[in-house]
Amino acid sequence: MAKIKFKLNNQFVEMETDPNRRLLDVLRDDFNLTGPKEGCGEGECGACAVLMNHEIVNSCCTPLANIIEKEIITIEGFSKTKKFEVIKDAYAKTGGVQCGFCTPGMIIATESLLNKNPHPTDFEIKIGLSGNLCRCTGYNLIIEAVKEAAKAGDGLW
Amino acid sequence: MVEAFIPKDLDECLRILSERKVRIVAGGTDMLIQNRSHTGMSIGYRNDVLYINNLNELKNIYEDDAFVYIGAALSLEKIMQSDIVPKLLKDTILEMASPAIRHTATLAGNIGNASPAGDSLVSLYLMDAELEIRSINNTRRVFLKDFIKGVRKIALESDELITKVIIPKLVFEKAYFKKVGPRLSDAISKLSFAGAYQTYNNRITDIRIAFGAVNITVVRDRVLEKKLLGKKVEEIKEMMDLIISWYDPLILPIDDQRSNKVYRKEVSFNLLREFVRNLN
Repeated sequence: MAKIKFKLNNQFVEMETDPNRRLLDVLRDDFNLTGPKEGCGEGECGACAVLMNHEIVNSCCTPLANIIEKEIITIEGFSKTKKFEVIKDAYAKTGGVQCGFCTPGMIIATESLLNKNPHPTDFEIKIGLSGNLCRCTGYNLIIEAVKEAAKAGDGLW
Repeated sequence: MVEAFIPKDLDECLRILSERKVRIVAGGTDMLIQNRSHTGMSIGYRNDVLYINNLNELKNIYEDDAFVYIGAALSLEKIMQSDIVPKLLKDTILEMASPAIRHTATLAGNIGNASPAGDSLVSLYLMDAELEIRSINNTRRVFLKDFIKGVRKIALESDELITKVIIPKLVFEKAYFKKVGPRLSDAISKLSFAGAYQTYNNRITDIRIAFGAVNITVVRDRVLEKKLLGKKVEEIKEMMDLIISWYDPLILPIDDQRSNKVYRKEVSFNLLREFVRNLN
């Protein structure tokens, strides 16, 4: 057991727990944040993605020991921002959502990409989303959504 | 329950290593999967673990006249964004992992994992990378090729830690990494290839060839490379079949869930042919 201090969705959190737990389980079981999902559980699908210090990480591959003093934002926390509104509207407008299982991860990946590169090319978008699998859309509509978000949110990132 | 050690600084980390038998975890992107247990349960480590990702002393990157020094806990993303890292390594990192993995995984972790399919190893072998290894009483330096002993076998004592990856500054006319896998960035390679060369007055002064995932570790043969030094580019192109026959006995891939040995061997030869054909 260890004392783990971190920032979760803009609130400071301190918990006494096993640092050998996965961040994904802690978010879902201890904080009831079910936006991050377990898809593959091995870093291939990106359904569990969250932001760590504003960069996308797979919470299924992140031990709690590695988030000490870090800032974690899940889709729940991110959904309270203006940037989320822009990305959400872009996905809705282009039809980048079908079953929705991958969508929280896709939105986190979009935010992480636009944070570093506000005007990505098609190729850069593909690289940016390369860790996220979607079995419905065929990806083209999601790539359109990212382009639309970059356009509509010009100046936000 | 296994114990987790989260040292505050490198001294404490090395002291723990000298006193306890532990598995070292950096980014965790391989270790968590290798020790996967069930959803909702702690990671299924079989030994006590030592987390090194919080150690700022292992997150620096700097250079001198001859080498670039990369801290063992620096993320692949930070390495890729650095101005002083050789382009070949940056290109390799871009292909080896998705952004989410790049933000946490480390180069030293890929080395310590010593997978036959470790993508960074191919380019690091090509560049004659070295490692700095520390224990509480000692600091040593070793060539990567002498450090990796086989499939997941490394020459690291139980009280030792990889602290730096050291890359020589080299000048190549062309150097590239090519990965064959089912997905861009986020797949384990079926096989991989890296090639580099330098010429002077149309004669080869340096030529390097490496293959990944076709033997227990990276295939690179300096003796064969030396046979090509001093030759004209056109001469080497005419030696194509001979060169393929040199590498034939070294490329010994296996059948597994990702690919099979026939495909791996043939594509390895094709990548070698492409490299030779494009020398200029």
